[in-house]
Order: sequence, then structure tokens, then C-alpha cells
Amino acid sequence: MASYRTFRDFDWALLIITFVICAIGVLQIFSATLDTPWRDAWWKQVVWIAFGLVLMWGITLVDYHTLLGRVPIFYGLSLLGLVSTFVIGRRVFGSQRWIVIAGFRLQVSEFVKLVIILLIAWYLSDLRSEKLEVRDLLKLGGLVALPMVLVIRQPDLGTALTYLPVLIVGVILAGLRWQHAAVIIVTLALVLPVGYYFLRDYQKARLLSFVDPSRDPKGSGYQVIQSEIAVGSGGIWGQGVTRGTQTQLRFLPVPHTDFIFSAFAEEHGFVGVVVVLGLYFLLLMQVVQNAQMAPDRAGMYICMGVAALLLFHILVNVGMVVGRMPVTGIPLPLMSSGGSNIWSVFLMLGLVNNVRLHRFVS
Amino acid sequence: MPVLDENESERLHEIRRLHEDSKFASAKMAVFQYIAVAVFVLLIIRFWDLQVRNPGVYQEMADENRIRSVPVLAPRGKILDRDGRVIVDNHSSFTLLLNRETLKPEHLRMIAEGLDLDYDQLLSRLMKFRKRPAYEPVIIKQELTPEEVTFVESHRDPGTFPELMLIRAQRRLYPKNGLAAHAVGYVGEVSEAELDSPDFAKYQQGQIVGKDGLERQYNDSLMGVDGQRRVVVDNMGRERQVLDDKPAVPGRDLETTLDLDLQAVAELSLGDRPGAVVALDPRSGEVLAMVSRPAFDPNLFAGRIRSKDWNALLSNPQKPLLNRAIQAQLAPGSTFKPLMALAGLEAGVITDDFHVHCPGGASFYGHWYACHLKHGHGDIELHRAIEQSCDVYFYNVGYRLGIDRIAKYAELVGYGHKTGIDLPHEADGIVPSPQWAMRNYHRKWYAGETISVSIGQGAVTVTPLQLAYATGGMAMGGVWERPHLVRDPMHPVAAHKVEFNPDNVEKVISGMYGVVNEAGTGTRARLPGITVCGKTGTAQVASAGLVKAMEGSHAAADFANNAWFVGFAPREHPEIVVVALVQGGGESTVAVPVVRDVLKAYFDKKGRRFQPLPSLAGSFAPQPQPVAFLRPAALDRTR
Repeated sequence: MASYRTFRDFDWALLIITFVICAIGVLQIFSATLDTPWRDAWWKQVVWIAFGLVLMWGITLVDYHTLLGRVPIFYGLSLLGLVSTFVIGRRVFGSQRWIVIAGFRLQVSEFVKLVIILLIAWYLSDLRSEKLEVRDLLKLGGLVALPMVLVIRQPDLGTALTYLPVLIVGVILAGLRWQHAAVIIVTLALVLPVGYYFLRDYQKARLLSFVDPSRDPKGSGYQVIQSEIAVGSGGIWGQGVTRGTQTQLRFLPVPHTDFIFSAFAEEHGFVGVVVVLGLYFLLLMQVVQNAQMAPDRAGMYICMGVAALLLFHILVNVGMVVGRMPVTGIPLPLMSSGGSNIWSVFLMLGLVNNVRLHRFVS
Repeated sequence: MPVLDENESERLHEIRRLHEDSKFASAKMAVFQYIAVAVFVLLIIRFWDLQVRNPGVYQEMADENRIRSVPVLAPRGKILDRDGRVIVDNHSSFTLLLNRETLKPEHLRMIAEGLDLDYDQLLSRLMKFRKRPAYEPVIIKQELTPEEVTFVESHRDPGTFPELMLIRAQRRLYPKNGLAAHAVGYVGEVSEAELDSPDFAKYQQGQIVGKDGLERQYNDSLMGVDGQRRVVVDNMGRERQVLDDKPAVPGRDLETTLDLDLQAVAELSLGDRPGAVVALDPRSGEVLAMVSRPAFDPNLFAGRIRSKDWNALLSNPQKPLLNRAIQAQLAPGSTFKPLMALAGLEAGVITDDFHVHCPGGASFYGHWYACHLKHGHGDIELHRAIEQSCDVYFYNVGYRLGIDRIAKYAELVGYGHKTGIDLPHEADGIVPSPQWAMRNYHRKWYAGETISVSIGQGAVTVTPLQLAYATGGMAMGGVWERPHLVRDPMHPVAAHKVEFNPDNVEKVISGMYGVVNEAGTGTRARLPGITVCGKTGTAQVASAGLVKAMEGSHAAADFANNAWFVGFAPREHPEIVVVALVQGGGESTVAVPVVRDVLKAYFDKKGRRFQPLPSLAGSFAPQPQPVAFLRPAALDRTR
């Protein structure tokens, strides 16, 4: 057993890219929270990253097939955890997303991401056929929809939506029939406008201000406009660390969490943006490469689930920062300040490593 | 068979799975990679758009966010009296500005309510400023009460009314009770109409400028130059850093020739009666005191006058805004006689031994012209004619001079044109002549008019300042210094000089000495040890017939005679000439004590016989203090 768990086989490239992105994130958190009540956020982030590494190492030690075998248990625990947020959860900014375990404030929905990835890998890798049957599609869809609905009820639409790309990429890889895809798309096109009326007011406002930020420049559109100004004023070379006026004078909302990339773009300019986006791209390609070299379907599904989720996060968060995506409040992986997100991303990367370490086995 | 088939397919499937696993769906994964590439390319294109294509645009928007310019209002210069005592001061107050960059129109109504402002006026005020750049804030209220300051402080956070800005400003503080109000004038916000006029074109919307009096005349030096501070603010509107600070250049203090002591005495002595007092130093033309009644409170104008107060001032039939000292054009009555006497002597139409018999009136051109003394002065010569103001004597002088020579001498001593005092809106007065009648009324001159003009009636009108100026110049022997309130050594104005025969001047002055010190009409102006000379005047404002017809009616008071007195002292080398006008005062004798009070104050002060007034600076209640020598009755009248 121990033979394949060598340091040589570890995905060092992935780890180094991850570290560089995290370091840039910590620096940006430091700069963005200077002289604010969150001024020790960068230090907390360092602690979270360190603990994330331990978690990553830990999940690498367990054979992912063992984890897949426990999916029903994880799934049950997830539902339990999500329900418990309604009972004992901490209400912050008007939504109940957190439960406190051993002094840590954990955002359950972040960890459910992992379970969704494992769930989809577990379910799809057991299929025997080349094409996905309607029955399986509905089953899997129902299994994903249940925690999604719970998360939407918290309410946290943004995080709930991150489960979808994992499912979509999974079923496409598993051989989604184009007829089924067409039916799903048509159904969604019909259902979404109706769903709009069930959105909360702030969610509607965010969507509307995404369509037209100047509608309400001091309200929902404010964040987007200020973010665009921050990004634009960064120019080619940026204003310099701790020199971005939008960030330092707090015109930019939450510059160390959801809008950290905006703060980064202001202080480091287009050059910095290209470098960091390039690092994310390399990270993503590294994960996809691991998927391609996975020893079995389950491993491939796990890696592609992680890749899909990361790509979705990057697209939605960075797109929001430049006014191309609505404000959904989902963080930028590895950079945004926040323990739960850091840990869930490190755990995902741990899973990818886990798959990689099994590729020469059997 | 089915069992075998199943096993077979199971086995085959297993083989295929193991074979394909590493390559399973590799085409789809490649598609995913292309999608990822597309996502990153699209994001980078967007960053290129924002950061590289229009580099200046967002930088400007960021600067607009954080940089705010705050005006620093320059304090106006103080207005001081000749001893450096403050007449007009400034005091610190809070001024509320509205930042139009962050203004939300729906807030206006609540702001107006919170600050007791009229919503419609606030709107129209903002409309006025629409042509000015948006980064310039608009002053919406001055002189905030502590309650209003609290309201602003508690509502200017970004969540409520971030457009509110509070600055400290210096505001004009004028003496109470309108002391020297007309000479000093007032300030106000430059109006739309004024901005279109050439005088005010150099000012900007919202600026406080002098509108009348010295405030207007010397506005440029009093005003100073406003400064500007550019500060960096955070999203809460808090100042984080000062970028640059262009300090305001305070206006220069204006040292006037007014003497606060004399001014206060003149104000108290005239009391509430409509009229005017002017005190001049004939040696220099310096104005020592200038009073006009009724007065107004210039403090009402200090910011923006309420329309209620403004309408009250405009509709007041007594016209409180009129500076009677330089703008009231009234018949001089008998105060015109010293000029007639001098003109007669200079023209040679009369001599010392020119005697006239006054039976109480005389007939000219078929009309009867009465003397003010019904039973007549009897046989009368020049000295007594001035002393007792015999009308018949001066009818004869005028008859002999003729209107052209009267007009010539009247204009020579300063009547009929502006004296050139450094105040806006000075009136010309009228010296009538046949040309004047033709020019203005297209009629010929009636010979009888000359007889009326001889005693300062008819069409001749003078301002109180002109009377003081003319009399002072004659008393100086023919030297007229331009009257002024502010010394301007840089631009000296040559004195107007006329070569009179000193004997002739002496004869007129001797008569005026008699008015006060002998059996004359102005004996109440007598001051022990001081050779006061003067001349009374009782000027009719309507013809005798009209007054008779109106007798007993309410309007009768409007036609009561104006009382004049002009006095100067000392006789030999005059230092001060004072004119008092009491409109509707009836007998000339009511004007005499006013002049006497001012003259006495002047010589008492010169002889250090009383304590001068303290400066009016810094106090909200600069009340003229009772002066020791004044009669108690005079004090009562002022309250």
C-alpha cells in the first residue's frame, strides 16, 4: 500500500501554484484590511492555509475508493449539517450559513461541495452503459437538488449554484444524450422566469443591477460600479500595494473577501491580473491533466468535478469583479479571506492528489 | 445461454472499461480545456478593456470618488472708524453646503424639513447653479443654529444625507439699531440680475458682495479672495488627507473717517425722527458722521435676506433704505440764504449799506411774497437779514441777481451736481434756471420763480451732504475738499477753489455768527467758548394754499415743513460743519439742537472732556452707550 504514497508522485506543480496564489491572496488581504477592523485577517488566512495543508495531507492518505464507499454516509451527514444550520446556525448578514464546531465557524455548504463531487463520481462510475439513462439522470439530479434547495433556503443562492457545474460536467462526461440536454435546456428556459418571482428582493435587485448597474448607483449597482472603477484605475501596472484608493478608502465593498480580485487589480494592474489569471489557468489545467491520467472513471469524475467547480468559481467571481456576472457573493478560491472556503478548496486539491497517487496501481 | 451471454458481456465490459479508463471521455475533457481557455481569454479581454484601453477614465472616476473640494471662504475686511474702532465686524458661524455630486434629489424634501428651509426655494436655488460645475457645492443655509448643526452632524453619514457639508464661515456683524447703516451699507448674495450687469459681472454665483454704501464702494478691497481645500475622503465622507490647501486671502480692513463718538451722538440726537445728519471736516472733506432716518438693520442682509423682511423694507412708505444724507433732494429753505448773500456781494448787486424795508412781505411781478415774520422786520440790512432770516431782504437780492447769476453761484459752491463722495447712488440736487426749465419741462422760466429760489424754495433742491459741503467751503473762504469716508492718499483729488473777496465771505459768516450768538434764529446752537456759526431753514414741502386746504386732515402731517440747520465752528478756522435735517419737523428750531449736540461732542472730545466709546467689535449687542453730556430726553427717544 505504502509504495504509491511517495513524495515523488505528489503533484508538486499543483502544490506550488496553489501556494503562490495563496501568498498573493494573503498579501492582498493584508493590503486591503490595513487600518480596518479586519487588519488581522491576513494572519488568520495564514493559519487557515496551514490547517488546510494538514487537511489536504490527511485526505490524500485515505484511498479515494474508501471515501467513495462512504458517500451515502457523507451525504446523510451533509443533509444533517445543512438542516442544523437552520436550528443552531449563526445568522450573519441576514442568512444562516454557519455552524460553530470547536470554536470554528464553519460554512457547511462549502464542505457539501466535496460531498457533491464524491457523490457524482460514486454514482456515475457505477454505471455500466455508455449513455446516461433518464432514470439515472433524474436520480442523480434529485440527489444534488436536495442539498441545493437547503442551501438556497439559507439563503445562499451563490454557493448552491456552484454544485450545478459539477453535476453538468459529470453527466456530460457520463454520456448525456443530446435529446435529454435539449429537454433540460428548454425546461429551464421555461422555469427560470417563473423562478425569478420566487427570488428574494435582494436577489432580484442584484440581478437587475447586474443587467444595468447605473439603475441604482448607490444601492446594488454601487458595488459593481466601484469595483469596475477600482479595476480600471489600476491601469497597466497598478497603483501599488496599499496604494489603491478605491481599496484603501473603502469605496470598494468587502475588498478582502468577495471583491479581493478587484482590490488586487487596482493595486497590481493588468500585468498582475494576467499573472494571477495565468496561475489559475495552470492550476486548472493541472487538475484536468490529473483527470486525464486518472486510474479509473471514479478518479476522473472526481478531478473533473473539482475542475468544473474551480472554473465556475473563477468565472463567476472574477466576472462579477469586472461587471460581467451578477453579485452572487461567492469567493475567489485560494485568495478570498475565509476559512471554510480555503479548507474546502484544499480538500478538493487533496482529492485530486489522491487520485494522482493511485494512477500506477493495479 | 442467457447466463453465458451475461457473463460474457460482463467480462468484455470489464476489459473495455479497464482499457478505456485512462482515455475515457478524453475528447470531452479536451472540450472542457477549450472552454476554460475561452473563459480566461474573455476575462482578460474584459480586464484589457477596463485597465488598458481607457487608462484615464477610471482614474478620474476614482479621483471623483475620493477628492472633494471644500471652499474656504475669505473673511471680509472689517470697517473701522477713524480711531481704529470696529464698526462692522465678522463673526464665525456655520454654513451648510450641498454637494451636488452626491446629491440625491429625493433627499431634498427631508433636508428642507430638517433645516426649516422652503422646499421650492431650495429647488429653485439649485436650479440657479445648474450651469456651475457639479464639484462646486452650493451654499444652502448660513448662520446655522446649534440645533441645525446637530441635525447636519447626525445626518451626514453616507446612509442618510451624504450630500451635506458643513463649513465654518465668517459672517458680517453690523451694529444693532442700524448705527451708521446707510454709510456702511450692507452685503448680500449677488443676484441673478446683478450678475448680468457690468458692475457685478466679475463675481460668481453665490458670492457675498457689498450691495450698498461703503460695502459696495470698497467691495473689491473688503472682499478678499476665497481659498479652496482639496481633501481625500473615504466612503464615509471622512477627511483622510489634505491634498492641497489654498488659503483664503482675507479682505483688507477699511479705515473710514467716521468718528464713532460723533456718529453715536448724531444718531441719538436725531432719534427716530425721519431726516439726516452729516458732519464734515471742511479742511479735508472727511465725513465724521452720517446718519439717515429711518434706519434699517443691515444684519438682515448679512446672508440672504428673507423675502418677508425685504418686502417690508421696500414697501415701507418712509423708505428706510434711502440714504437721506446723500439721496434726499429737498428744498434748502433759508439755509440757501448765506449763498444768496455771498452771491449778491460778489456780484456787486448789494453792499453793506444795502437796506430793505420789510413790512412782512413784498410784491414782485404782481404777486405778493410773504416774509416768515408776519409783521415784518422793518428796516433791515445784510447782517440782520441773515441773522433773522428775513425773506423780503433776500427776495430783493434775488431780484437784483437774476436767476442766471443765482444758478452760477449755486453751482460754484457745489449745488446741482454730485459732491463726488465715495458712496454709490449720490443724488445731484437741482439748481433751477431757464435752461433747466426748458430742458426738463419744455417750458419757459417764470420771473416769479426767481423770487422763490432766492429763499431756497421753488424748484431748488439740495442734499444734506451738499448743504454741508457748500457751507463748509464758503466758511473756508472758497475751498471745497471732496467729501469722503475713506482716505485715499494714492489718488488725491484737487480741492475745488473759488477766489471770493475775503471781506464778502467775512460779512456772510458774521451774519451766520449772529444767527447763533446774537438775536438770531439758531441761538440754541450756542456753545460756551466756541464760536458756532450757522443758518436755520424751514422749507415748505407744499405750497401755502395746499397746506391750508389740507389742514386738519390726516395727510397734513406729510406736508409739515422740513427743518434744516447747518452749523460750523470755529468761526475763524472752521474744523467741522454739521447739517441736520428733520423731515416734517415744522420749525427749523428742532434741527438746531442736533447740530449743537454733534458740535459739542466734537469739541468735548477734542478737549478730552469725555470718555470715547469702546470699539463695537466682537459683541452681538453693540449698543451706542449713553454719552454723558446728552439730555436724558434724547436718550429716551432712541429706544
